Amino acid sequence: MKTAVIRFPASNCDRDAAVALEKITGRPTEIVWHRETSLPDDIDFVVIPGGFSYGDYLRAGAIAARSPIVKDIVRRAGKGLTVAGFCNGFQILTEAGLLPGALIRNRNLKFVCRPERLIVQNTKSRFTSKYTAKSEVIYPVAHHDGNYFADDATLNRLEKNNQVLFRYADNPNGSIRDIAGIMNETGNVFGMMPHPERAVDPVHGGTDGLDFFKSIIESI
Amino acid sequence: MKALVYVGLKPGVLDPQGRTISRSLNDLGFSEVTGAFQGKVIELTIKDSQESKEAIQARVEQMCEKLLANTVIENYRIELKD
Repeated sequence: MKTAVIRFPASNCDRDAAVALEKITGRPTEIVWHRETSLPDDIDFVVIPGGFSYGDYLRAGAIAARSPIVKDIVRRAGKGLTVAGFCNGFQILTEAGLLPGALIRNRNLKFVCRPERLIVQNTKSRFTSKYTAKSEVIYPVAHHDGNYFADDATLNRLEKNNQVLFRYADNPNGSIRDIAGIMNETGNVFGMMPHPERAVDPVHGGTDGLDFFKSIIESI
Repeated sequence: MKALVYVGLKPGVLDPQGRTISRSLNDLGFSEVTGAFQGKVIELTIKDSQESKEAIQARVEQMCEKLLANTVIENYRIELKD
């Protein structure tokens, strides 16, 4: 499986994502600069990493979502490419319209940085197939604007289609209905505020993120 | 010409900043304040042209829809000034 990580000005989890992907796939990961107008043709899985792209100017992820490479990601995602965004990557995916809803300021206005317990909601997705239903996993979170919001009609649709893959056990940011991670309707684009790429090695303090990436490898 | 774009959260979207501002004003003795709402103003400078105000307004609306506001959570209002 060939993987790529997108790098924007002020991405700061791009290296973490690349290290995790290389460890799990055993192959080098392509780092793609945001000014590129297309992804390499043979890429199977793209990660949009965390960070503070463009300094969070205007809104978190807003400017990155309009960059040349994201146009190509939107186009390729429409043809089934597997895409995952963590933290700022999730914000970028919602701003780009690839995932519904938006991320707003944390309810308590604080930057929250801690290991977070999540409950796996749906194990029939390409992102979670290695987990067992209702199992609890711990991924770190580190964000200021991670409060997921969508209107009721959107939320009901997400739940009806089993697009909510993770919920917070102890909601750190005010996300509506405790939603931590969602996928799109076609099941190939996923976003979450927590960082599975920072939970793939015992030195991280936990390895619960490994099965997230292994699920993707197995399903592609 | 200047276009002032006011962007703020839609009613119903949690606004913790507004709530904190309101509470802080109450703490300072301004007990008449029962709510605050924090948005932002973006001032655009627009090149002089023969375009009608309506046409300029329509262009700025497109800017709001495409970038300046996230209409999932935000409303916007435009004011044109000569």
